Amino acid sequence: MSYALQTQNLVKKFGGFVVTNDVTLNVEAGARHALIGPNGAGKTTLINLLTGFLEPTSGSVLMHGKELTHLAQHQRVKHGLARTFQINRLFSELTVLESVVLAVNERQGLSAKFWKPVAAHTQAIEEAAELLHTLKLLDVAHEQTRNLAYGKQRLIEIALALAAKPSVLLLDEPAAGVPTSESRELFESIAALPRDVTIVLIEHDMDLVFRFADTISVLVSGALLTQGTPGEIANDPKVKEVYLGEAAHV
Amino acid sequence: MQTASLINNIAVARLCAADRWQPAELAFWLLPIAAYFVFPDNLVLLTQMAITALFCLSLDLILGYAGIVSLGHAAFFGLGAYTAGLLAANGWGEPISGLLVAASVSAVLGLLTSLLVLRGADLTRLMVTLGVAMMLFELANKMTWLTGGVDGLQGMEVRPLLGQFRFDMVGKTAFWYALVVLFLLFWVARKMVHSPFGLALKGIRLNVARMPALGAPVNMRLTAVYTIGAAYAGVAGALMAQTTQFVALDVLSFNRSAELLLILVLGGSGSLYGAIIGTIVFMSAHHVLSDMNPEYWQFWLGALLLAIVLIARDGVMGGLRRAAAGLGKNKGMAR
Repeated sequence: MSYALQTQNLVKKFGGFVVTNDVTLNVEAGARHALIGPNGAGKTTLINLLTGFLEPTSGSVLMHGKELTHLAQHQRVKHGLARTFQINRLFSELTVLESVVLAVNERQGLSAKFWKPVAAHTQAIEEAAELLHTLKLLDVAHEQTRNLAYGKQRLIEIALALAAKPSVLLLDEPAAGVPTSESRELFESIAALPRDVTIVLIEHDMDLVFRFADTISVLVSGALLTQGTPGEIANDPKVKEVYLGEAAHV
Repeated sequence: MQTASLINNIAVARLCAADRWQPAELAFWLLPIAAYFVFPDNLVLLTQMAITALFCLSLDLILGYAGIVSLGHAAFFGLGAYTAGLLAANGWGEPISGLLVAASVSAVLGLLTSLLVLRGADLTRLMVTLGVAMMLFELANKMTWLTGGVDGLQGMEVRPLLGQFRFDMVGKTAFWYALVVLFLLFWVARKMVHSPFGLALKGIRLNVARMPALGAPVNMRLTAVYTIGAAYAGVAGALMAQTTQFVALDVLSFNRSAELLLILVLGGSGSLYGAIIGTIVFMSAHHVLSDMNPEYWQFWLGALLLAIVLIARDGVMGGLRRAAAGLGKNKGMAR
């Protein structure tokens, strides 16, 4: 079968240091797939390889059976692969609406249009407003992004990624830095995303991971340790061993 | 989505009003017309202001909107000036077609050098833009058979504008010519920065690392705006050549590039109007101070710059913006 997202023998070396070690990962279409592992396991590097931010030393990345390994970041987005960032990468001086309109414009190929005003492209604005509505951000849409609470800013991260209408969405620690009270709400928004969007999630909060994911892959020292359902992973002695030494993160 | 709630949404309403001409803007454009009648003896200076404002506008497009720093923008100004100058010195004295050719030639140089400029980060860009301008300067200096070298390009014969208006000694034709070209190109630039393309440029300036993750071909956008900026600068240079009927080697000088950057910072970048206001403030100060104190006027100019930058950190426009916000007014043109 064709997976939504695959890596085949993916390797990334920085000098002699192997950060991603022969990772073969299969993510099924529609999955809620979590990627866990102790600090320094190479999770973010893997995301960077998947999205084209980094080029692998060897191996390949495929989406729906199609090879993406040598495509640039923005071309992969056009193929339906979107991501959020562990640390917010937003447009501080733009309003929330402008930010999302910008993202929608890029997907619709409107950003090369230089004559009519932004406001004349009403479809893009409606779509952006609708997206903000589903994420309950419409009330703050006129605010400058930098003036919002951190939890709201994390939602804008997600809104920007969703504006690309991805078939695969990579969430790099979406709840990082968000107070627990707000992170529940955040995850409700994530859980409510349509099932036809495949989600790959990196997260340190195991509660959230086990409630959200249907498949979990464990990454240790750049290599894939094991993969399974939340039940299998919870009872896997190898995983326990890894995490006992890293108890602070469990 | 219910359309009613969309129309009522304040964010949508603001976005839709963003490109509307404000009364303050219309008033602003009456100033040069007023200046024509108030300072009839200073038309040459006013013309220089309009040309420099256009040149500065071109830098604002690439720096203020796309975040590309340049210390060699005079390359495009000078190339435009020499192009128009050589055309007029060799029998093609029709001014408007001269402008268009100059714009095209500068645009081609912009397109080619953008490949170099986009390779690096800020400091590299400063060096690359500086290097390109220095090379052009020395080329023009060396090729005396073509450019006249340090003596300047002589023998331009610019024909009457639209076949009707001679370039007179007082400078009336030159003034209106420069002003109309400035306004038209400003109008185009204004449309551009309010378009989706302009929004994408702002996105690049604010967070270049995020843009590819939205699917944006960042380098293509930057190449486009750099080329447009180069064309604008070329038009400014051509205007200078045509209205003075002379091209001096200093159209390509480092000083011109550096001064331009200073003017833009002084006026405030990223608002288009900042470029024009910076030009007016700088050149007026220059004019008045050098009259008062011909030998040491730069000292006072320096003091003025420090004062403005310290009081209003993001230039005159930044100061106006804050003043307007303080009065609780509609931000209008200060956006």
